[in-house]
Amino acid sequence: MRPALEAGFWLLALSGFWLMPEQLPLLGQAAIAALFVLSLDLLVGYAGVLTLGHAAFFGLGAYGAGLLAQQGWGEPLSGLLAAALLAGLLGLLTAPLVLRGGDLPALMVTLGLSLMLGEAANKLPGLTGGADGLLGVEIWPVLGLFRFDLHGRTAFLYALAVLFLLFLLARRITASPFGLALRGIRGNARRMPALGTPVRRRLVAAYALSAAYAGIAGALLAQTTQFVSLDALSFQRSAEGLLMLVLGGLGALYGAMLGAIVFTLAHHLLSEMSPLFWQFWIGLALVGLALAGRGGLLGLGAALLGRRA
Amino acid sequence: MQARVTRRAALGAGAAALIAPALAAPALAQGRPARIGLILPMTGPFASTGRQVEAAVRLYLRQRGESFGGRRLEILLRDDTGTAPEVTRRLAQELVVRDKVQALAGFGLTPLAFAAAPVATEAKLPMVVMAAATSAIVQRSPFILRTSFTLPQVTAPIAEWALRERVQTAATLVADYAPGLDAERVFKARFTGGGGRVPLELRTPLRNPDYAPFLQRVRDAKPEALFIFVPSGEGAAVMKQFAERGLAEAGVRLIGTGDVVDDDLLNDMGRPALGAVTSHHYSAAHDSPENKAYVQGFIAANPGMRPNFMSVGGWDGMQLIAEALQATGGGEGEALLAAMKGRSWTSPRGPITIDAETRDIVQDVYIRRVEERDGQLWNIEFDRLPAMRDPGT
Repeated sequence: MRPALEAGFWLLALSGFWLMPEQLPLLGQAAIAALFVLSLDLLVGYAGVLTLGHAAFFGLGAYGAGLLAQQGWGEPLSGLLAAALLAGLLGLLTAPLVLRGGDLPALMVTLGLSLMLGEAANKLPGLTGGADGLLGVEIWPVLGLFRFDLHGRTAFLYALAVLFLLFLLARRITASPFGLALRGIRGNARRMPALGTPVRRRLVAAYALSAAYAGIAGALLAQTTQFVSLDALSFQRSAEGLLMLVLGGLGALYGAMLGAIVFTLAHHLLSEMSPLFWQFWIGLALVGLALAGRGGLLGLGAALLGRRA
Repeated sequence: MQARVTRRAALGAGAAALIAPALAAPALAQGRPARIGLILPMTGPFASTGRQVEAAVRLYLRQRGESFGGRRLEILLRDDTGTAPEVTRRLAQELVVRDKVQALAGFGLTPLAFAAAPVATEAKLPMVVMAAATSAIVQRSPFILRTSFTLPQVTAPIAEWALRERVQTAATLVADYAPGLDAERVFKARFTGGGGRVPLELRTPLRNPDYAPFLQRVRDAKPEALFIFVPSGEGAAVMKQFAERGLAEAGVRLIGTGDVVDDDLLNDMGRPALGAVTSHHYSAAHDSPENKAYVQGFIAANPGMRPNFMSVGGWDGMQLIAEALQATGGGEGEALLAAMKGRSWTSPRGPITIDAETRDIVQDVYIRRVEERDGQLWNIEFDRLPAMRDPGT
């Protein structure tokens, strides 16, 4: 992507702070969704591993950070780190199961794992609060300076800053030989060993990395809303993540983030205009976009720019 | 490299301009409309709750006018889909920050109310819980008031009725979430405390439950009665399985809280529902002029719907807000909250009070039996426990 466009993207995101000062909770949640979809993109778009259960990592991160804060350690940054480690570890442990078969078994296994985790959280009300959600999450000010306020200012800037830093890291990673190897594996996994790439190890690493990213996204949600519910682990979240990814454009970091932001904002706008029938309009827009543009919003944008140039 | 310089420069400029947006100064309250942020599940599995409450809220404004204490009531309806507490919380934040509402209302399920509670506390705005029924909700914020009911409040009476009827064994079947566990615990404590036995305790998943295997186990255990609590909207599915498994033929009496014989769905349940005895705070068949006017108006405005216990929570929530606005001459925040505490009136369900201390509802609870009148099924009240409080957790 062109540098000017890149700077424009982040400036626009930051300008939301002044342009929509009363919508900051929404923008904060859009940034969190963007991070979640970014993590999906690393796995689905770059490594080519399909998943229907990414919410498992999101939820684990959310409960991890939430429980840590509930037990008296509300420092947000270390909470993120703990969530990343926890989710990454689960990714590392479950990767062999997911990577055993082809695409369809991967879908089944990821879905199964996330359902199991969801049910476990439901059945451990002593730990997670069960269907009532985790209460009593108290988060300390970010860096000891910025308290989480009702207007969602801190929450938005915090989420955006984390998204930005992790995006930079993701860009580094995808441009590295490791990222190149992942793309090669997606293209043709059989031939990669001939180039000396340990396919399995690369995929396990990508899976764990993506899991850690999702865990951080979950932790961000837990910290900014100071509440965790079973919804964090739900199938709906996994499915919506994929939807946003396809909407924005698979295999491109900006596509992932764009899809998440556009979907979240459209979702909000439509449900506010029509609280009863908004799902119909969302569906209509998605079908329309799928017909109009290949490669999601990013593909559509590139096509338009290309035509003009 | 060029990209990085551009970005850094841009960020620097941005940081320099980083000034928090100014808070809007509170203007004079009088004359401006009083906005109520109504957050309800309007889509998703709990949409029936949202539709009932919203219909009652609209009906209230149509029948009682829109102006109270010199201020016009404005309802801002938001859909939280019933299953996403972080959305409920965000909507509550937005309603407070952007729309500057004077009160938050609605809240279909317990986790949703829990998630929004800190917003009410921080914004110092009354939060009127119109549907959610876990005991603990009112303790989550000193700004929460409830106009619905609590599960223990409506569960204790049916346990005592069963004991009076000399029922000796009763199985329990509840949905596996806080209100269900409340119901199970209270029923068991009261029933065994009075000498009854509970041979079987079953919990069904909250989402996508299949009742058949559970009811089969009840049939195998052959208790004299089966106590049921399921969320509003699930009653028909339970009733169908109750009939199909032949529990009535096996001599098992169906008892429960009124949720299972939800007035809105009762007619569709058909004959299997006949004779079910439940305890609840509202029946559409409640015999009073207030209720007749309410049911008539509700059915006229919403063809095909019958008001249920969720709707009456919405109606009384509006009554609470309207009366407090009237009493304070359009007051806001803590003044409005203070005017809400301790208020009493005659609701379609009967006399009710919002306790000044607990901010929870005190109301009559009725024992009712499903009977057929004029070709329709109704919950006919035949016993009453006056001024029930939440017996506590």
